[in-house]
Amino acid sequence: MNFWRQPGFWPSFLLVFLSGIVVLVMRQDTLRETAFTVLMFIGLASSLNILMGYTGYVNFGHIVFFGLGGYFGFFLLSEMGWPVYLAALGGGVLSAIIAYIIGAAVLRLRGAYFALATIGVNEAARAFVSNFEPFGGSTGMYVNFSAYDRYGGAGQALWFTFILLWLVVLAVIVVSYLVKRSRFGLGLSAIREDEDTAMVMGVNAPLDKTKAFLISAFFPGLIGTLYFFKNGNVEPDDAFRFQMSLEILVMVMLGGKGLLLGPIVGAFAYERLRGYLLTSVIFKNLHLATSGLVLLLIVLFVPGGGVGWLRERFPKLRRWLE
Amino acid sequence: MILQVQEVSKRFGGLQALLDVNFELPEGQIMGLIGPNGAGKTTLFNVINGVYPPTQGQVIFRGEKITGLPSYEVARRGLARAHQVVRPLNDLTVRENVMVGACFGRERHSRSSAASLADQALAQVGLIDRADQFALSLNVAQKKRLEMARALAARPYLLLLDEVLAGLNPSEIAGMMETIRAIRDQGFTILMIEHIMQAVMSISDQIIVLDYGQLIAGGNPHEVANNPQVIEAYLGDPEMTARLLAD
Repeated sequence: MNFWRQPGFWPSFLLVFLSGIVVLVMRQDTLRETAFTVLMFIGLASSLNILMGYTGYVNFGHIVFFGLGGYFGFFLLSEMGWPVYLAALGGGVLSAIIAYIIGAAVLRLRGAYFALATIGVNEAARAFVSNFEPFGGSTGMYVNFSAYDRYGGAGQALWFTFILLWLVVLAVIVVSYLVKRSRFGLGLSAIREDEDTAMVMGVNAPLDKTKAFLISAFFPGLIGTLYFFKNGNVEPDDAFRFQMSLEILVMVMLGGKGLLLGPIVGAFAYERLRGYLLTSVIFKNLHLATSGLVLLLIVLFVPGGGVGWLRERFPKLRRWLE
Repeated sequence: MILQVQEVSKRFGGLQALLDVNFELPEGQIMGLIGPNGAGKTTLFNVINGVYPPTQGQVIFRGEKITGLPSYEVARRGLARAHQVVRPLNDLTVRENVMVGACFGRERHSRSSAASLADQALAQVGLIDRADQFALSLNVAQKKRLEMARALAARPYLLLLDEVLAGLNPSEIAGMMETIRAIRDQGFTILMIEHIMQAVMSISDQIIVLDYGQLIAGGNPHEVANNPQVIEAYLGDPEMTARLLAD
């Protein structure tokens, strides 16, 4: 595929690319931290979109892959002394393998039943890791400070981690676009619209949705490792936050599910909204309730999300807003 | 023989939906499948294209046993289907709908060649000017045509048409019949379920009749139309029919 001729690809790619460039040029620690959060949200929301937006399977347990992959990657870099980029890759691969195993069981379910099963998976993963001694049980693990030395100290390591995250999120965007534009992606849309009909038309639905689940789970594993490495520790309550799964879902819906640009815009918008809610006197204890309300309003009135609404309102912009 | 159905039975719990169904379909023909509501016609289609396996019996397609294969495997071997209840992929455009057929059907086209194949199929069923609309926006007659185009774009050896004329007005029926004949003339073999008798009689080379899950008659349209068993199954009491006709 010739990327230069893909108008739907560039707005999304450049948005993420330039955000990273701005941070690298400014070199402020606070800006980097904010950008880290936003990029992480973009990566998580975009990877969820491959399963939820493209294939139509609503996953309430996306954060499981962030948690398990992150735990494993953290273990590799902290206990086994792997460099962070290899450890992150290991985390991603583990997440994909786990998705394959979970998928064999839960992808047989459809609609609400699938969604419910994914909630169970999140709780099961948290309970397992809380009792798994090699991962530190309920107290988790702390990074061995010598792990930072190879990057020239903790300060440098944070910048290095940021750059890695930036590259990972760019990869999520590229992969999302390739999937969307491929024959495989067309099959996923067919599954989303009507799985039985898709199968009668020749789409190997069991295999294709498993593949979508694998791809969707791989990236959170990478991102999780980078996030916990940046934090310096990992613990079950931080790794398997169910509310984070919900927040990622809200981001996808807010921007527009099934669109490349949707989760990116959704992540930016949600980060702003969350920042406002958490610091406001009135809303600070109600930020999840407010997110829920936002989700409700979107589902009821703007099911296509912000980008989807723009596409409908301005048909001429459609080829840019894929 | 492109399709051989041998002693196929299908049971759903206590319901015997199909019992010992046997027939053969030669290449290049249109075969009509008729029978009263609930006779098992759509069940037979579902068994043939792998939506569910038969309880007993074999389905042989182009010399290969396809009994029990999942529907996507059957589709790849060149068997496409248009549904009775139209099932467009609503959030995709008309063209994308048809591309799914081309991409995942017998020839497994790439996305770009599928697009041009889709346009051909859409032109053939007279839907090309709607190609960029969402499938949701089509009316019933157009959705039926979309079903046909999707099946055609798969370039199948055998096309299963499930009541593609139902719900259409007379002029739409005439148009659709013309389309079906044109498709046959291109060398596609067609097995079609249809309720509209004049249509079935005029278009089919052969007709088979299903009643309570069993084949009760088969042959050319003339033979079938004069078969007393068929008249009874379809029109009810023959004497009553005769009286009504006399009135």
